[in-house]
Amino acid sequence: MEILVCVKRVPDSAENEIELKPGAADIKRDDLVYSVNEWDNYAVEEAIQIVDRVGGSVTVVTIGNEESEEVVRREMAMGANNGLMLVDPAFDGSDGRGIAAILKAAVQKGKYDLVLTGAQADDGAAQVGGMLAAMLDWPYASLVNLIEVQDKKLRIGREIEGGNQEINEIMLPCVLSIQTGINEPRYVGIRGIRKVASVEIPVMNAAALGLDSAGVGQAAARVKRVDYFVPPAGAGAEMLEGSTDEIAAKLIDLLKAKGGLK
Amino acid sequence: MAAQIFAFILHKDGQADDTALELVAAAQKLAPGAAPIAVVTGAGAGLESVCQELTAAYAEVWKFAGDGLAYPNAEIIRVLLLKVLPKGSVLLLPHTTFGMDLGPGLAVKMDAVYVPDVMAFDGLDGASLKAVRQEFNGQVSTHLACDTSKGAVISVRSGCFPAGEPGSAGGKVTDKSAEIGELAARRRFVEVLQAEVGDVDITKEDVLVSVGRGIGDKENFPVADDLAKAMGAVVSCSRPVVDAKWLEKSRQVGTSGKTVKPKVYLALGISGSFQHMGGLKGNPFIVAVNKNPKAPIFQVANVGVVADLLEFVPELTEKIKAAK
Repeated sequence: MEILVCVKRVPDSAENEIELKPGAADIKRDDLVYSVNEWDNYAVEEAIQIVDRVGGSVTVVTIGNEESEEVVRREMAMGANNGLMLVDPAFDGSDGRGIAAILKAAVQKGKYDLVLTGAQADDGAAQVGGMLAAMLDWPYASLVNLIEVQDKKLRIGREIEGGNQEINEIMLPCVLSIQTGINEPRYVGIRGIRKVASVEIPVMNAAALGLDSAGVGQAAARVKRVDYFVPPAGAGAEMLEGSTDEIAAKLIDLLKAKGGLK
Repeated sequence: MAAQIFAFILHKDGQADDTALELVAAAQKLAPGAAPIAVVTGAGAGLESVCQELTAAYAEVWKFAGDGLAYPNAEIIRVLLLKVLPKGSVLLLPHTTFGMDLGPGLAVKMDAVYVPDVMAFDGLDGASLKAVRQEFNGQVSTHLACDTSKGAVISVRSGCFPAGEPGSAGGKVTDKSAEIGELAARRRFVEVLQAEVGDVDITKEDVLVSVGRGIGDKENFPVADDLAKAMGAVVSCSRPVVDAKWLEKSRQVGTSGKTVKPKVYLALGISGSFQHMGGLKGNPFIVAVNKNPKAPIFQVANVGVVADLLEFVPELTEKIKAAK
């Protein structure tokens, strides 16, 4: 099984307080902690496990700049066989469809049986996998939390509402978006990163991909982000302040009043 | 807007999903005065009763019946919609696991724009639409602008467009099944496996101490267990805790876990994503403890404490014990 996994370098929203730049055209990025998108990390782990079972290879691809190389290298340290960087100033400002178009070109430059994406990334749109599948005219399934390889097809589970699991059979080649919890991604240590530190990672631009750069990037984007904003706080929470002692005392009074202490 | 608005209806056991009425409300916000057409696919008697139910809220209901439509397989329904929706249509979908499965690919195939997980509309000027959604796990919002002149697929976040009364639209049901033709797909629905039942039923508890990613490590769980014990509460959790295999899935609150309706909900180290809050019903008294003052949970909590739960909670537990 030849598997391509699409990954993205994102600010870690669990670790960061996201704040807006003056003018609100972007968030303040200078001090943010970046890492590989959490869903993508599960996708890479799943690809590695599939290849361990049935053979083949895993290629990790990202669209970005030189800084994105660190996430590709990290996923290679996990055990992905190959990395691929898609870098071109013409890609900047692409909307979801633009990103999918760039990835489509990369898929068609290789020979893949299966393409995995994370179910969603930092913008929460959950769109690139489905768009890529439609562009390739491959079948698609989202929110996948189980993959079993069968002959020319996969038996997959999708996580649906209530934590139930929808079982499907899907023909290869296909695109799947991976839900967190499908596996337990392996730990990557410094030693693992060092091992792949000098591995050459190929870089392709629009020309190498055979892409018309007029079809991607800011100018081609049909869905544009106008600004970021923080909605005016509603009533919001009553924030308890003071020493830990004082806060705990206030909280206990409130919990008692609301029936929270039995 | 000249384009016709359609609403895709989810239903189960002969009843329309709550989102059916929310999509009517969303259509009104998108284009006041619009008369959206409900699109319903399915099979058997359940489909008939859903269509009848919908005539109260929708002036027109398009019914598509077929054996292959008994369960909503997005790969099949995408093909169906491409055949039956007029060029340039605007389709509203609920942003559910089905909507996420269907929407992006459908938009590409329709050559329409895709606007996912919309929370509000902020004006439609000709074909130019402004919509509001969130990024970075709800920490910031953003305005999107898009050109809907070639059509649009818009998925709507549940709960953001409160449903009105079903009304008395006195709508008519049109059976369009004959337009479906052959529906081939390379993905076949097999079955739905029900989530496992755990040792504790969190849906029946009045007081929940709920633990999120902020707990940091499995070793730290006694911090939450001790508090729950002192309060007489039960421990539940958010999704990352289950992903990390620290607690069983049956303890998870959220759209992909359990829907709970406690009186008091203590959220420890939970950011408050909409998927998590979607599992919290019945207007409980919410206390949030989180070290990130920007965590979206503070927007919905009644009381907030900005603190590292590993430092704050043990002190709280001791004080509760002492007060007894």
